[in-house]
Formats: sequence, structure tokens, C-alpha cells
Amino acid sequence: MDEEYDVIVLGTGLKECILSGLLSVDGLKVLHMDRNDYYGGESSSLNLIQLWKRFKGNDKPPASLGSSRDYNVDMIPKFMMANGTLVRVLIHTDVTKYLYFKAVDGSYVFNKGKVHKVPANDVEALKSPLMGLFEKRRARKFFIFVQDYDENDPRTHEGMDLTRVTTRELIAKYGLDDNTIDFIGHAIALHRDDCYLNEPAIDTVKRMKLYSESIARFQGGSPYIYPLYGLGELPQAFARLSAVYGGTYMLNKPECKVEFDEEGKAVGVTSEGETARCKKVVCDPSYLPNKVRKVGRVARAICIMSHPIPNTSDSHSVQVILPQKQLGRKSDMYLFCCSYSHNVAPKGKFIAFVSTEAETDHPESELKPGIDLLGPVDEIFYDIYERFEPVNEPSLDQCFISTSYDATTHFESTVMDVLNMYTMITGKVLDLSVDLSAASAAEE
Amino acid sequence: MSRMLLSPFVKFLFLEGVEQNQKGEVVSEKQNKYKHRFPSSSLYLLPHISSIFLCNFSLHPPPSISSSLSGPADIDSMATIGHNNLNAKLVLLGDMGAGKSSLVLRFVKGQFLEFQESTIGAAFFSQTLAVNDATVKFEIWDTAGQERYHSLAPMYYRGAAAAIIVYDITSTESFARAKKWVQELQKQGNPNMVMALAGNKADLEDKRKVTAEEARVYAEENGLFFTETSAKTAVNVNDTFYEIAKRLPRAQPAQNPAGMVLVDRPAESSQAASCCS
Ligand SMILES: Cc1cc2nc3c(=O)[nH]c(=O)nc-3n(C[C@H](O)[C@H](O)[C@H](O)COP(=O)(O)OP(=O)(O)OC[C@H]3O[C@@H](n4cnc5c(N)ncnc54)[C@H](O)[C@@H]3O)c2cc1C
Ligand SMILES: Nc1nc2c(ncn2[C@@H]2O[C@H](COP(=O)(O)OP(=O)(O)OP(=O)(O)O)[C@@H](O)[C@H]2O)c(=O)[nH]1
Ligand SMILES: [Mg+2]
Repeated sequence: MDEEYDVIVLGTGLKECILSGLLSVDGLKVLHMDRNDYYGGESSSLNLIQLWKRFKGNDKPPASLGSSRDYNVDMIPKFMMANGTLVRVLIHTDVTKYLYFKAVDGSYVFNKGKVHKVPANDVEALKSPLMGLFEKRRARKFFIFVQDYDENDPRTHEGMDLTRVTTRELIAKYGLDDNTIDFIGHAIALHRDDCYLNEPAIDTVKRMKLYSESIARFQGGSPYIYPLYGLGELPQAFARLSAVYGGTYMLNKPECKVEFDEEGKAVGVTSEGETARCKKVVCDPSYLPNKVRKVGRVARAICIMSHPIPNTSDSHSVQVILPQKQLGRKSDMYLFCCSYSHNVAPKGKFIAFVSTEAETDHPESELKPGIDLLGPVDEIFYDIYERFEPVNEPSLDQCFISTSYDATTHFESTVMDVLNMYTMITGKVLDLSVDLSAASAAEE
Repeated sequence: MSRMLLSPFVKFLFLEGVEQNQKGEVVSEKQNKYKHRFPSSSLYLLPHISSIFLCNFSLHPPPSISSSLSGPADIDSMATIGHNNLNAKLVLLGDMGAGKSSLVLRFVKGQFLEFQESTIGAAFFSQTLAVNDATVKFEIWDTAGQERYHSLAPMYYRGAAAAIIVYDITSTESFARAKKWVQELQKQGNPNMVMALAGNKADLEDKRKVTAEEARVYAEENGLFFTETSAKTAVNVNDTFYEIAKRLPRAQPAQNPAGMVLVDRPAESSQAASCCS
């Protein structure tokens, strides 16, 4: 270990592993360490024994739940947009070959006390009770505008500059009612709160386009895909990429203390009495607690169930969005459910999560509206975790710290953070659009 | 009713495709019709096509479509897959320098390098074998060095149908390490995994430290298939892979089919791809 590296990466969360992979591919000499004896840090998927250790302080899950090994319970659950940035990174780095995905059965939205399918095709849209016929007609015009909108073609702009016009103003032009706006904003554009209404409409329009592109990728019931065996596979796949390009891996390294010189520049990392020298340190917030600040908290419940979420047509993988307004809250609540069909639980078992940005100190009561939609549960764990962001100046201390997986557990922001860090570390911009030319070659 | 009224509010997703028949019912359309609407995407999902095909994979997730050394996704082969085709993930484990990479190189390319470097770079190969009435496509994973500090990711053995645990017959330490790997696989791996113990560098008879007898006894006790190989002279190398291919369980019902690999769809294979979707 007494060697000199270009970069030492601490923590094997998804962000750190993507960076480690990208940097190794660039030819940098990378040492990657984790204090845990497993990959993934905060973004790992736990088996039952690990889950019990973490939340119940013992390692004796009831036998009735089946084999511990059959469980892969995400600590930061989320689905991937089939056409989102993470997928682009996976393809760009060719890490896809280590992973298997399955489409997610459905996306639902909570509206006036009931759970409704977010339509994924024309027939579903026609039948959907989410809007009346006349409203559908108005909404259709808006959707056509969004569909045709092309940033680079002013003819599609209908005389508006969407970088200036707010979403509220744009929608007003189409005369949509509040219910529809709520649906579009939260179930399709996937905004987490209502700030978007006063922000430039371009963002919402792009998000709607992403949603429609993702849904069109396959004829499934949602725009999402999810890896078999859980999200914990993702950091492992990027770690393998890093290793294949020469990255050195050491798990189970206690302490991992970052060493600084007189000027406060990181110069190495010490663990178990040995110091590895380096030019730069990349880590998650837990490795440099003095260089981060708290920015929020996420309340969540993790449930093991023996049935799918009621009123979701027996979907074995599903998302339900509960828009804030429907609950009288400031931020949306999310249900996420996966099952044996994605190999995250034994046959007949379902893992459901309820999560939201914490607004009080009582996750149990705060999450109640979501939990009420689940029906009976076999086991439930409540948890609040804190989110941090870096406050250091990387150009001075050579420490590149990732932001905690934000409340949104949003891959888009995850990947944006990674790409920004990559640029700070290397001075280069990762061009993911290279994939796009290949795609246009694939057009009929 | 006017077409307008019937039009779904998320018709934007399918703008071109929605059509009505004479009675005014909405006729669902095919995806290809609007594919061209989304030129910005490079992603095509290729679901695994025939269910007959999937039935053959029992031990491991469905096959990866990406092949290794050959570059772009090998989709065409998908079309020809019939009853007796098997994809099998095979992992290599063993001490540094035991000859894991050399064995793969010998098997996949028929080569041997006297000074094979410690593995960095391409660590994923595929090779297809015909065994009796079936073909077995091995997806071979080399460790990429993650095991050096006991940091091999569980993903590595996940879904592996077979493992070759390699030691160097001139090193008792490497034999001890091999036993550790066997234990680890018995604990973590798939219970139906076919395991082979390979005593490599059999050409270095004069430097031998581990007797064949000792290894054979150990292998028998642990239900492994044992062989002594030489990546240098090619002795027993192909035979080991053939033997594994023969032992792979056939035609068990798939536990969980329908996983898919994301590929960057190459232009020339667009036809094969659309037949799968
Ligand atoms: C507290 C909380 C908990 C959550 N829990 C879950 C959960 O358990 N399960 C779940 O599925 N979701 C959850 N979400 C929602 C999650 O944030 C995402 O909105 C959702 O999963 C969308 O997928 P993605 O971010 O994985 O996809 P990505 O691939 O990252 O992309 C889609 C998202 O990024 C945005 N986006 C992508 N590209 C662009 C672009 N070019 N321009 C503008 N925007 C873009 C889209 O709006 C969309 O939200 C939660 C959100 C919050 C706030
Ligand atoms: N004589 C002899 N040498 C061999 C044989 N197989 C491998 N070697 C040599 O042993 C050395 C190590 O072989 P590798 O194939 O790199 O071993 P490895 O197990 O992949 O090693 P790592 O990638 O470092 O874990 C190389 O110098 C090979 O040339 C063999 O059968 N006979
Ligand atoms: Mg090797």
C-alpha cells in the first residue's frame, strides 16, 4: 500500500465507483478503499442479515421470510429512466455488459385519494379517469407542442422563449386545470415540489420529452428500468471497470484518514498504520465530515410484504408518486416496490419503500399516507438519514467530495454530480453525446 | 366522434402512430412507427427473444448479448439460437500468477505468452463450444485483480454457471489459496455451479510442490472436477472447458427469465434488433 497514486477514492458508493472507473479508463493510477467489507456504501443493496444488523441491531431475521441471500434491499431505492443519463453513462463506459435489466411494470400517481396508472400508451390514456374529455383535448394540444418542440428550431417555439417564459405562463396558454398541472408536473416531469411553476418552462418541457422517449424505448407500462439483483449491482459493475483498467481495490479498511500537508492540501490516506500517497482524494461526505454541511434529511420506511401494492394491477415492480398538494405537504412522497421478479426477494415477497424529504422529526406519522396504501406488511423499518454537501474548495485542498444521494434519489442529479466532479478532477468534460451519433446511425 | 375527442392526452407519446379503425376505436400501433421521433437516443433494449431459448438458462441470468473481443453486440447469433444452445458465465479464481489469464488465452486464442502481464485490461471473453448435440457459449470473466486484497465483488460470481479454480503446481501457497476460493464459492456461489480445480503449469514437473494425488483427494472430497493443465503446452486446457460444458445442467426451467442487456445498437444489426422488440 506504500505507493503513490494519482487519485485515492474513499467509499464505494455509486458516485465514487463511476468516478473511479472513469479515472482508471483515463489512465490514472487509482487506489479505491472502503471502510466496509462490502461494496456500495450508502448505495448498496443489503441481504436480510445485513438489514437486520443495520436496523434492528441483531442478525436474526425471522425464518418465515426465507433465505437471507435471496434479498437485495436497496438502501437508496430508485428506478432508472430508460433513456436517462445514467443509462448513457453505462453505455459510454460499456459497463452494461455486466448488468441485466428488466422493465418496471408501471408508474402510478395518487390523485384525490386514489391510485391511478400514469398512462403509458394511447389506450390507457383514453380510459384514464385522471382527466375529463374536454381537459384531455386541451392537454393534448399542450403535449403536441411539447412533442414538436425543438430547441434549435424556432419554428416550433410558437413565438415563446422557453428560457424566459415560466412553466406557469406556458401552461396558462393551454388553459389546463390545476389537477392536470399537478399530474404533468409531478407524474410526468417528475418535479418534487411546485417551484418549477415559477421557473423557465424549458426544464419541464425537456423532462416531459425525456419521459416520453423513455416510455417509447419498450412497450412496457412505465419509462423505467431496474437491474436484476438491485441497484447494488451498479457500483460493483463500475468498480470492475476500474479494476479492469488497473484500479486497486481494498475493502474493509478501517479509518481511512486523509493526510494533509502544511498548506492543507491532501497528500495521502492512512489506514491501519500504512499511508498511501496521492495527488487527489475523491470521497463521499462520510470520509471528510469537517468539509461538508448538512442540507436536509430523508424520511423513509422499508417494508417487506407478501403481496403487491394494492390497486396497481398486481404490478411486481412499480412506482407511485404522491404529489405534495394531494397530501398537503411541501414535497412529494414516493412509493417504490420491487419483488422476486427483479431478484431482490424470494418468490412471493415484495420490498416496498416509502420516502420523502423529512419535514418533521417523526417519520412514522409523516409517511403514514404512503404506508396506508401498502396494505398489511410483514416487517417495517423506519429511518431518517441526513444529506450533506461539500463546503471545501477543491482547487485548494485537492479533495473532491460527492454530495449525498439527494432526497430525490434522482439518478439525473447523481450523474450530474459525477460529471461535474469528473470535470473538476481532470479539467475535461465527459462527452456523453458521442453515443448519439451511433444512435442516429441506427435509425431506419 | 371526432378524432380529436378520441385522442388520448398522452398521445404525444405516440403521435404518429395512433389510428382509428372504421368504428372509431383506437388501434394500437407498433413501436417502429415512431422510433424515428427519438433520434437522440442511443439505447435499444433487446429483450431475450424466444422462451425456448430462455428455458435453457437455469443457473444464471440470461445471456449477455455483448460479446467481448469481437466488439459490437453480436445480435445475429441470437436469431439462430435453438433448443440446445446454452450461455454460461464462467469465472476464474486463483492466486496471482497461477495462470488464470494464460489458460483463457490458450482456450480462446490458442496462444501462450511467456511473460503474461498481471491482468489489466480486457478481462471478459467469450468462446463457443460444440458439445454433443449442443453449443455452449462461455462468457468468461477473469478477476481483474480485485481479489488481491480480498475485495472481489459478489457480482463476480453472481449467476456464474461454472468456475475454474486455478493453482500453480509449483506453489503450495497457491494451492492453499485455491482451497480458500473453493470455500468462498461454496458459501457465496450458486449451489449448482460446476467447479473445476486446475493444477496449472503441469509442464514444470521438476519444480512440482503439489502432488496430483493430494489435489485429487481434495477435489473429490469437495465435489470438484480435477485436472492438471499447462497453458504453455496446451495440455488439458480445451479438455477442461469441454468437460465443464458437458457437466452444465441442461433444460432446467428458468428461475427468472427476461433480463435484458442494454446495448448501443449498431446500424447493421437493426433488423435483428427489431425482431426482438
Ligand atoms: C424523497 C424522494 C424519494 C424518492 N423516491 C423514489 C423512489 O423510491 N423511487 C423512484 O422511482 N423515484 C423516487 N423518487 C423520484 C426520483 O427522484 C426520480 O424522479 C425518478 O425516479 C425518476 O428517475 P431517475 O431520476 O432515476 O431517472 P434519470 O435517468 O436520472 O432521469 C430522469 C429524471 O431526471 C430529470 N431529467 C433527466 N434528464 C433531464 C434533462 N435533460 N433535463 C431536465 N431534467 C432531466 C427528469 O425530470 C427525471 O426526474 C424520489 C424522489 C424524492 C424527492
Ligand atoms: N511454465 C508455465 N508458465 C505458465 C503457465 N501458465 C501461466 N504461466 C506463466 O505464469 C505467469 C502468470 O500467468 P498469468 O496467466 O498472468 O496468471 P494470472 O493467474 O492471470 O495472474 P494475475 O492476473 O496476476 O492474477 C506468466 O508469466 C505466464 O507466462 C503454464 O502452464 N506453464
Ligand atoms: Mg490474470
